[in-house]
Amino acid sequence: MIYALCLTLFLVGLYGVCCKKNLVKIIIGFMIMDYAVNLFLITVGYKKSGIAPILDSTMNINYFAAKSVDPLPQALVLTAIVIGLGVTAMMVAVAIRIYEKHGTFDVTKIRKLKG
Amino acid sequence: MIPYFVIIPLAGAFIIVLLNHLIKSDARYAVTDSAANLATAALMVLSFLSISKTGSYTVGGWEPPFGINLVADGLSVLMLCVVNTVSFAATLFSVDYMKRYTAKRYYYSLFLLMVAGMNGVILSGDFFNLFVFLEIASISSYALVGFGTEAEEIEASFKYIVMGGIASAFILLGIAFLYSRFGVLNMAFISQAARANPSIAKFPLILFTFGFLIKAAAVPFHSWLPDAHPSAPAPISAMLSGVLIKTLGIYTIIRIAFGVFNWETGAVILRYVGIATIIVASLTMNAQKDLKRLMAYSSISNIGLILLAFGLNTKLGFLAGIFHLLNHSIMKSLLFLTSGAVFYRTGTRQMFQLGGLAKKMPATAATSLIGSFSISGIPPFGGFFSKLLIILAAVAAKNPAAALWAIFGSVLTLAAFARVQKTVFFGEEKKEYENLKEVPASMTSAMLILAVLCLAASLLYLPKFRKEFLSPAADALNPQNYRELVLK
Repeated sequence: MIYALCLTLFLVGLYGVCCKKNLVKIIIGFMIMDYAVNLFLITVGYKKSGIAPILDSTMNINYFAAKSVDPLPQALVLTAIVIGLGVTAMMVAVAIRIYEKHGTFDVTKIRKLKG
Repeated sequence: MIPYFVIIPLAGAFIIVLLNHLIKSDARYAVTDSAANLATAALMVLSFLSISKTGSYTVGGWEPPFGINLVADGLSVLMLCVVNTVSFAATLFSVDYMKRYTAKRYYYSLFLLMVAGMNGVILSGDFFNLFVFLEIASISSYALVGFGTEAEEIEASFKYIVMGGIASAFILLGIAFLYSRFGVLNMAFISQAARANPSIAKFPLILFTFGFLIKAAAVPFHSWLPDAHPSAPAPISAMLSGVLIKTLGIYTIIRIAFGVFNWETGAVILRYVGIATIIVASLTMNAQKDLKRLMAYSSISNIGLILLAFGLNTKLGFLAGIFHLLNHSIMKSLLFLTSGAVFYRTGTRQMFQLGGLAKKMPATAATSLIGSFSISGIPPFGGFFSKLLIILAAVAAKNPAAALWAIFGSVLTLAAFARVQKTVFFGEEKKEYENLKEVPASMTSAMLILAVLCLAASLLYLPKFRKEFLSPAADALNPQNYRELVLK
């Protein structure tokens, strides 16, 4: 169920990127898409009523292995968030430059390139 | 030796900016140029030294599947040679060409980051690590496309970021699905787990195909390429068209579809996408008036040809695809560099405004002619032999229709490049170009290196060299061999 919601969120983002005319809305759509993927990755490693994956010396190793959530997706998502930040920052910077040159955020009015 | 392919460009990217900050005098420009050229030259030498050496390197000593490993097999080593040779020629060309732009240090820094990303993608043996390197290369190429900060360049850059971002999201989603299915991300371990039942990972594979075909600019996802590649400065166009789309798009998809999974449906998809790409790109290519735009469409058409060869899913098909990938990298970067040389002197890319440059710029004209011959498939240049091999492979795979489409693409390429030669370098001389001079020596030498390689690449068709260089690369596209190399 939660997986299906993640994919729906992904499709919402994809719709925003593909169909919106405003550059800012395209960027927001892109961010939604990014978050949907991150959310999906996190839910992959989730366990119901799981504990944080930090092992201390008092803990039984078998109990830890059975109860803790999967730490690897969390590490992956941290990296993916940073990458998403880089791409979003790049997009915003380019959008600001486009606004300086064209005076508009509307993609239908920015048409110096053909084909 | 394997980690140095990532360490050298990554360190170089930061050292160049730092050196510029520390040196206050005018010597810093020379220092920047030589540092960047030194880095790419070192990478080129290293990649040629590692030919026929294979191995797996565990980063930080953490063993896979949880540690990350870098794998060099026949295919990776060949790709490293191609990428680093082209990047050396491009930095050599940049020394004079990039004088017209400000902030050369950031240019070299982004350039080296892009090279680091590409080398990382080629060597990575772990899906998530592949994604990280792919994004390093992509983000630096987004910035480089918009480097001129003119209205068109910025617009092309935004288009490229949007398409590239969608592709990356699909790839990351595919990786998430793979992880939920297998619980590891190491390619060799996943290959081991999927050995019995290759169709187990069908959905992630379809997501990967989407993502990587957008990065490779195959039809119907090609619309960003004809804007993005001509907008970049010429050496960057050479890098993007020559190696970036092949590394991020084609190498990754064939490595995953054939090297890890042995996915037969994928071969069929690649074959049909390849044919569609050849048809659309070859027809639109002949309608172009802008020199660099025409070359960008020709890149798409050749991407189609390479995909078609891999889609045959035979050993000869892989061999032909790898051979054409190598040839196309060299000749397309050569052609983009010559178009940059023309732009450097005349300031225009519109073909009808040019004419009769052969007498004024003999070296540029000669190298451009060699590149055009090679790309149109005229013997004895490399392009002829790789196209011949693709056609032979298609016939051997009992797929004569594919061979016919390959010939169709070649004929239209010949028509387009014959028109380039006629309008730009031959034809009547224009009055405004009377006092034109040849471009500086660093630019001509970069073009000459690639022109010689264009001719030398045809030697790879000889059985002796084919066995030594191309066969190991084609053999690497076999899950069995890949697992043996990594898992021991």
